[in-house]
Amino acid sequence: MSRPELQAPPEIYYDDTVAKKYTQNSRNQEIQAQMTYRALELLALPAGRPSYILDIGCGSGLSGEILEEEGHVWTGVDISPSMLEVALEREVEGDLFLQDIGQGLGFRPGTFDGAIRFVHTLDSYRYERLMLPVFSISVLQWLFNAETSHPTSSPPHRLSRFFTTLYAALKNPSRAVLQFYPSSDSQITMCSTIARRAGFGGGVIVDYPNSKKARKVFLCLFVGTGSYSGSTIAEEVPRGLEGDGEEGDMDIDEEGEVKFEKRRERERKRPSEKKKALKIRDKEWILKKKELYRKRGKEDVPKDSKYTGRKRRVAF
Amino acid sequence: MRLIAHHILACHAKGCTSNNFPLKFSDVESQNAEAEFSPDFLKGFYPKIEWNVLITTAKEKFIKFGEVSLPEEQPNLEDLDEETLKKIHHVLLEIDVITGKMSCPNCGHIYPIMSGIPNMLLAEHEIA
Repeated sequence: MSRPELQAPPEIYYDDTVAKKYTQNSRNQEIQAQMTYRALELLALPAGRPSYILDIGCGSGLSGEILEEEGHVWTGVDISPSMLEVALEREVEGDLFLQDIGQGLGFRPGTFDGAIRFVHTLDSYRYERLMLPVFSISVLQWLFNAETSHPTSSPPHRLSRFFTTLYAALKNPSRAVLQFYPSSDSQITMCSTIARRAGFGGGVIVDYPNSKKARKVFLCLFVGTGSYSGSTIAEEVPRGLEGDGEEGDMDIDEEGEVKFEKRRERERKRPSEKKKALKIRDKEWILKKKELYRKRGKEDVPKDSKYTGRKRRVAF
Repeated sequence: MRLIAHHILACHAKGCTSNNFPLKFSDVESQNAEAEFSPDFLKGFYPKIEWNVLITTAKEKFIKFGEVSLPEEQPNLEDLDEETLKKIHHVLLEIDVITGKMSCPNCGHIYPIMSGIPNMLLAEHEIA
């Protein structure tokens, strides 16, 4: 099946049935949990203090529940009413908003500085920058679809509105971690360029780059250059994880010996690929192929005749 | 939607950049919710509170829920005692708006709230 973002816009794709299925699917839950923990790790929030986190594309609140467990307070934004309904049924703690992030986020913009220097900047700045470290799982790719022909709904427009308003809503310093499934490298470039234009620092992290299945792309964006108050995080982009993301990808047991593998034996037993590919190529098949080539405009397709695909006599 | 969420919302319609906070409540129906009291979180969020806004919103619409007797002047972060923190906690995290409307004081855009979820979607001509 093709990727969901190519089938329909999110508010339509995630209808009641899909929303329920998505939430109840244990594999989905597992992947969501894994990615949430990884995103939290990349966020590198100040330890031992609950933070206020914005979950973009919170859906039914699967990742929100993990945030609750970790002691954070969160606010979720999603465009699919069905997903939010499931979230309501599940009685998640976070506040929910029905919002299209491509239209920009409707959060109060702030100005500078963390809690400590607030008192000194009270006069010159009206608002304290909201403390909303952000993360988002698998949302950005939806922004690449132009849903209507209106100029404001072109992907770059939507992305740039999203990043600009996100930048405004974030506290300084803080981070945003956005995981998404890009369908091409140009999408990654577009995302990071627009994010940089909006003022973000940081960059792209790829987990398990060599695995087709487990490969995950994160945009790790920084607001401001300082580190979180109290901690001394070097503000460099964290490294992606190596390996292929499967459990037991190191097949070395505790004694440091390589485990015996049965795989080669199994492979030998398996009938070779060539034999499988052999099919009966009779007259009908040949005619069908030739017809197909002609239709595609291939030149020099031999004419059909009574000799086409005839059986040869057994030759010695 | 709890009042903490109202406190971080601003109108984001096209050209609405000033005087777009706070959104004004009307036709509000709300209920009491329970939330875990976390002083650390409140202290972290404390500098972001617009004190006047908090007091007026709480007084105007939500006075019927418990005693919301916050001091008129915002106390310093260092002077906060547990009792005041608990009051702030109640106002921010334990008043849950179920249905109602929020309107922008500047452009008048109305954001409806249905079953606790504000609808922040904009029409095409309102997108910045």
